[in-house]
Amino acid sequence: MADLVKLSADDLSRALSAGDASSVEVTQAHIDRIAAVDGAIHAFLHVDAEGALATAADIDKRRGSGEKLHALAGVPIAVKDIVATIGLPTTCGSAILDGWIPPYDATITQRIKAAGLPILGKTNMDEFAMGSSTEHSAYGPTHNPWDTTRIPGGSGGGSAAAVAAFEAPLAIGTDTGGSIRQPGALTGTVGVKPTYGGVSRYGLVALASSLDQAGPVTRSVLDAALLHELIAGHDPMDSTSIDEPTPDVVAAARRADVTGLKIGIIKELGGDGFQAGVSARFDEAVALLTSAGAEVVEVSLPSLEYALAAYYLVMPSEASSNLARFDAMRYGVRVPPAGSDDPSAEQVMASSRDAGFGDEVKRRIILGTYALSSGYYDAYYGSAQKVRTLLGRDFAAAFANVDVLVSPTSPTTAFPLGDKLDDPLSMYLQDVATIPANLVGIPGLSLPIGLADEDNLPVGLQFLAPAKADDRLYNAGAALEALLEAKWGGSLLAQAPELEVAQ
Amino acid sequence: MTAETLVPFDEALTRYDPVMGLEIHIELNTATKMFCGCPAEFGAEPNTHTCPVCLALPGALPVVNAKAVESAIRMGLALNCEIAEWCRFARKNYFYPDMPKNFQTSQYDEPIAFDGHVDVEVDGETYRIEIERAHMEEDTGKALHVGGSTGRIHGADFSLVDYNRAGIPLIEIVTRTIEVPPEKAPAVARAYVSYVRDLIGGLGVSDVRMDQGSLRADVNLSLKPKGSTTLGTRSETKNVNSFRSVERAVRYEISRHAGILDAGGKVLQETRHFQEDTGTTSSGREKSDADDYRYFPEPDLAPVSPSREWVEELRKTLPEPPAVRRARLQADWGFSDLDMRDTIGAGALDLIAETVAAGTTPQAAKKWWLGEMARRANETGVDIEALGISPQQVADIQKLIDAGRINDKLARQVFDGVIAGEGTPEEVVVARKLEVVSDDGALGAAVDRAIEADPDAAQKIRDGKQAAAGALIGAVMKEMRGQADAGRVRELIIEKLS
Amino acid sequence: MSEPVKGISRADVAHLAGLARIDLSDAELDHLASELPAILEHVAAVQQAAGDDVEAMSHPLPVNNVFREDVEVPCLTPEQALAMAPASDQQRFLVPKILGEE
Repeated sequence: MADLVKLSADDLSRALSAGDASSVEVTQAHIDRIAAVDGAIHAFLHVDAEGALATAADIDKRRGSGEKLHALAGVPIAVKDIVATIGLPTTCGSAILDGWIPPYDATITQRIKAAGLPILGKTNMDEFAMGSSTEHSAYGPTHNPWDTTRIPGGSGGGSAAAVAAFEAPLAIGTDTGGSIRQPGALTGTVGVKPTYGGVSRYGLVALASSLDQAGPVTRSVLDAALLHELIAGHDPMDSTSIDEPTPDVVAAARRADVTGLKIGIIKELGGDGFQAGVSARFDEAVALLTSAGAEVVEVSLPSLEYALAAYYLVMPSEASSNLARFDAMRYGVRVPPAGSDDPSAEQVMASSRDAGFGDEVKRRIILGTYALSSGYYDAYYGSAQKVRTLLGRDFAAAFANVDVLVSPTSPTTAFPLGDKLDDPLSMYLQDVATIPANLVGIPGLSLPIGLADEDNLPVGLQFLAPAKADDRLYNAGAALEALLEAKWGGSLLAQAPELEVAQ
Repeated sequence: MTAETLVPFDEALTRYDPVMGLEIHIELNTATKMFCGCPAEFGAEPNTHTCPVCLALPGALPVVNAKAVESAIRMGLALNCEIAEWCRFARKNYFYPDMPKNFQTSQYDEPIAFDGHVDVEVDGETYRIEIERAHMEEDTGKALHVGGSTGRIHGADFSLVDYNRAGIPLIEIVTRTIEVPPEKAPAVARAYVSYVRDLIGGLGVSDVRMDQGSLRADVNLSLKPKGSTTLGTRSETKNVNSFRSVERAVRYEISRHAGILDAGGKVLQETRHFQEDTGTTSSGREKSDADDYRYFPEPDLAPVSPSREWVEELRKTLPEPPAVRRARLQADWGFSDLDMRDTIGAGALDLIAETVAAGTTPQAAKKWWLGEMARRANETGVDIEALGISPQQVADIQKLIDAGRINDKLARQVFDGVIAGEGTPEEVVVARKLEVVSDDGALGAAVDRAIEADPDAAQKIRDGKQAAAGALIGAVMKEMRGQADAGRVRELIIEKLS
Repeated sequence: MSEPVKGISRADVAHLAGLARIDLSDAELDHLASELPAILEHVAAVQQAAGDDVEAMSHPLPVNNVFREDVEVPCLTPEQALAMAPASDQQRFLVPKILGEE
């Protein structure tokens, strides 16, 4: 058997059903890999070797007894630490939730467990998913497997790095403004933000309710489709869940044919502000799609100019309210104020929130509180919600003429740790290409398209499709992936430097 | 705290006109909470009715209870409101330990029902109360304050919180400004709350018990100097737990505001608490710009857009309007206009109706509720329905009288026992040994003794003067300590002396 | 159109921190007061985007009337509910004395 950790989930699925490997072997191989490399990467906040192996053993036993199992049964998975998991700590990368163990499972956790995927552990993230570098984790940053002095993107840097470093074949991410796709681009992995409402949000600790979506983080488009299919679908526990069948994303990924596909290049997401190596790889990828029979046109989305501003109002506003529940009364770390021997509940709330939240979280809560406050609501929150309407119209007009849209996923490759920590605005600009999809609820997929010449680091391309047409992303993404891998003679991750293995 | 300077009510009204607004919170009697499937039951063991949603655990999401929406629409229709074609929930953001999310999911500028009215009657006059809105929201948990000297919030050492009530569906009904003849304001306020109670109770969507908190009224009041059109600063009085208290709170606040204004002072915009024992209000919390609730549409919930077909279907389920019902009951019962006014004034319409339904005559039901019960309610300062005796029990007592087992006088002792929690009327009669003696043996002996003791009276009866029997009956009743069947005693006397 | 963006002072930040129940230190107040104006200036661009005729989007996908039936589902046990509480007593969440009231 080849190195089990290098196999795709699809390959593992076939190896498991063919009896070429057991889930315990596969799971143990990943646990060993985590032990070997995670000291350098820090993708995981919590590893549950025991629980994962127990699930694996159970699946092996059930498979042995001839039970019909889910295609991904026995394939291990890493879960972002923002997803509620019974019995496993769920901290969201925040000190305020240090040690919190949920008494309930998120809907996606239930689906993962029902399908029999061993959960390897919980992955690192920017605190409450606020950030684009995973440096805002209270438990220390995650390092990019391509260059451990650099950030893996964020907020889901842990899930992306885990997959890129072969610590897990599959991972769950969440994407509020690009937290699945941007880390995917920066680590040479595949990340998908489904249509808003496509995947249940029940049990995902909310950052911004009208923007959040969970999705797959993988090393191939087909793997992403397999995981997407598992976690998507209507959930009566989430009022914003779409009550319709999920498009057949797996079939679309297997089709992988762009002949006659109309692709629109988003004019506003390129040129100035985009790193030269990013633009070069993007142009080549578009040329490749054209050569494969796609029809490529340029489209303009004029309201994109306001998207970033709108996002940095809507997200902090909703976050300021969603995070109000963290008051150290019912759960969370209670920190009494210094110098008061008989503090009130109000004082303890305020001191706990000051001690338990990091700078970025406080910054956004204050910003959101401002944007919603009396006298400013219309000018800020109200205006930002109008921008979403305008942007929705722009996308609708674009999709009237093209099947999918494309842009670079991120304006830059991975930057060095610490580079943008003191410059929030420049950090926010990382999300310029990814946030529009969240603002209007449409799906997006990022896949690796090569390395930038100037730094030899991964570049990602993002496909966007109309709401509920997630299958288009998988068709186009798998087609481009096949074209690129034919050119490279393998996956991009095969070109990643070997990580030093701890003994 | 300095003592309030109060201006007598009548004097205050010579210089000021009261302007009122009333907010009523109704706790719905749905099986489950507003946004989760936990039971919405009253009085369970602490924290047994909670789940990730109503405890606001990280990641949990709300889903609207269809029955609560239906109840809200029916309530809106009963209040003659328009029903919104499309409306949203909104988050009202403020921190409080008994509110798990630290925002209340409520409705802001898009209530489910709006622009309604009800007509209430006071002393034969009808007053129209305009309803601004009725909206859906959720209740908070309950904090028990432990330590300190008073048991009230201030001075507590710590608090213990039970979230069973958190998330129970509430409908808040808000009136527009109420301006009625000044001297009528307290009575109109009471009549309105009482009317709403009857109306909502008739819909069957709430227990509407003020004493249990399933109906809660807040009284907003300000004064404007006579002749002025400028509104004064208003106070919001909470904790008004009975109909009587609504009236008292209005009166008190009028006197208090007048005292402040007369002295050239400024009324604070604040929340006040009504004190049931003293009939006064005490300062709660000053309203300030800190009350910035940062409302915004609830992104976790879909908008509510009741179809017109659904609304019309629900309209058909409404019971007859109160005015029609009252006219029908008056005719059925044969009550005079005055009887009816007294009945409504005492808040006893439903109680009498239920008592009649339990098998008594309307006259008997009226006698007990408007006489005995109204007197007791007045003496103890509680609402008549909170006395601790049910229409069924009153009916049972009347049946005991009809069966000759007790008389009216003994019935009062049965009421005492039932109200004191000694059991059913039957159990009280047995336990207190109240049953009248109708056993001829025992009565006959007593009659013989009475005849012997008063030969004059006995002779008169023998001579055909039956009216003289009264003296002998009295003597027998006295000997039997009232527990004799007076009719049977009379019969025995006549038998023996004829 | 909306009001033009105004600056944000240190006192404003302190007021917002009060609303948000965060006991910010003096250093944090200074820091936020110095960096928020630039962020606000950037995000204020939204005020130029749309006129009064544009509807505000609160839900990315238009769905109405998502309800559940009024049917009980199992609750957490009190032990589960209280397991992660910083303090509890008498099957209730124990919190410090509550000063304000609502």
